[in-house]
Amino acid sequence: MEFSRRNFLKGTVLGGTAFSALGFDLAPVYAQTSSLKISRASETRSTCPYCAVSCGVIIYTIGDKAKNAIPQVLHVEGDPDHPINRGTLCPKGSSLEQDILNDRRLLKPQVRRPGATDWEDISWDQAYEEIAQKVKKTRDDTFIEQDANGKTVNRCEGMAFTGGCTDTNEFNYLAVKSMRSLGVCYLENQARV
Amino acid sequence: MADRKTLQAVMISGHTNPSPGFAMQRDLEVCKLVDTTTCIGCKACEVACVEWNDLPFTPTTFDNTYQTMPETGYHFWNLIKFNEHQNPDGTIQWLMRKDQCMHCADPGCLHACPADGAIVKYANGIVDFNQENCIGCGFCVSGCPFNIPRFNPSTKRVYKCTLCSDRVGEGLEPACIKACPTGCLKFGTKDDMKFIAEERAKQLRDNFGWQNAGVYDPQSVGGTHVIYVLHDATDPERYGNLPKDPQIPWSYTWWKWLFKPVLGTFALFGLLGVLAHHVTHGPRVPQPEPPKKDDNIGGAY
Repeated sequence: MEFSRRNFLKGTVLGGTAFSALGFDLAPVYAQTSSLKISRASETRSTCPYCAVSCGVIIYTIGDKAKNAIPQVLHVEGDPDHPINRGTLCPKGSSLEQDILNDRRLLKPQVRRPGATDWEDISWDQAYEEIAQKVKKTRDDTFIEQDANGKTVNRCEGMAFTGGCTDTNEFNYLAVKSMRSLGVCYLENQARV
Repeated sequence: MADRKTLQAVMISGHTNPSPGFAMQRDLEVCKLVDTTTCIGCKACEVACVEWNDLPFTPTTFDNTYQTMPETGYHFWNLIKFNEHQNPDGTIQWLMRKDQCMHCADPGCLHACPADGAIVKYANGIVDFNQENCIGCGFCVSGCPFNIPRFNPSTKRVYKCTLCSDRVGEGLEPACIKACPTGCLKFGTKDDMKFIAEERAKQLRDNFGWQNAGVYDPQSVGGTHVIYVLHDATDPERYGNLPKDPQIPWSYTWWKWLFKPVLGTFALFGLLGVLAHHVTHGPRVPQPEPPKKDDNIGGAY
């Protein structure tokens, strides 16, 4: 048998390869985790609109607010610096991203007529018109200028107003002003901020 | 650079033990603490999980409980299990337990997995699935003592809770922990969580009359990186089939620790034999080529 330098080198390389293949390599292995989707997103602090607790949230949007980047909401989570919730959120608040992104959001006014089983799409103009007519009629019918003792009260007991959880501060201010001016007492707009 | 988000792997599926790089670096072991005694079943952690991981929405199944669905799914990694337990004295306990991957120190799924790199355990204790390496055999499903990995028939891959390895790798807490409004979920080092859990269990025993209150950190799988504080640690089964003594099937541990090195040694001897043959008999002599048939008239030549 001829044991040349060439065969010795061949054997070394082959043996080393075999050892590596069987898992004797010594370099540490770093596995790739999926990248953090919010690492370079823009952070905007906001308030959860759902209930009166008013938890602080951070809204993460695509891009760094550069002129040509069209922001889109990427993720919403609690604001750790907010004194009310300190980063936590309830299940509804945790789903806040869906308040913006979900394709099942209601985007136009709907009405369910008395006796009807289904909701009917109507235009904004028609909605305003019908609401105005009903408000006028109800107020004319149920307005009380003086109570039983002859005291001036100027209230309208035939109507109630409920604000929605996603109404803004400004909207709630206008709602209170306009409802008070109509004499509505049963008034709730959910604002506690 | 995207590869900043890396965690050191200390155990790799389908890989001969020990993993390359094992004990090469210090790292803090992280842990989730679930205090079942203060969980109110609000499911904020469920929603936070679905939102952070962008899991698809699917119709849920009603099974006469408050549970979102009967079991976790490949698109739903974190489920609050609602259990009504009747005590011997006739009183009812309504128990809520956050069910998700337990991130065992000695993971059954990883032992069962034959695909190289499909399941890894990082130095910080997180057990993660890499779906690009997954071959969809489903061994991890049967190897898991907690019934956690879920097979997705459309992608033919298996999915489970990652303990938000992307967030933890960047120094953040997991999404479920951050959301929890009652503070029943906590996140930190394993040592700190064990300490807080034991303190809470002691408080439950001394001040609240739960004589058997304790911490669930099963040593039969080397401890877990999700630990529970239970009202009655002697009977974890009442919390929706939490096994008292979780075991990895022996068939899934033996094949890797015994058969694979043995077969690897045989393979090594085979290679040495080839080498010896090459050295003693020399390289393969080229054989004379068979005479070409003259049938390519009209071809390229």
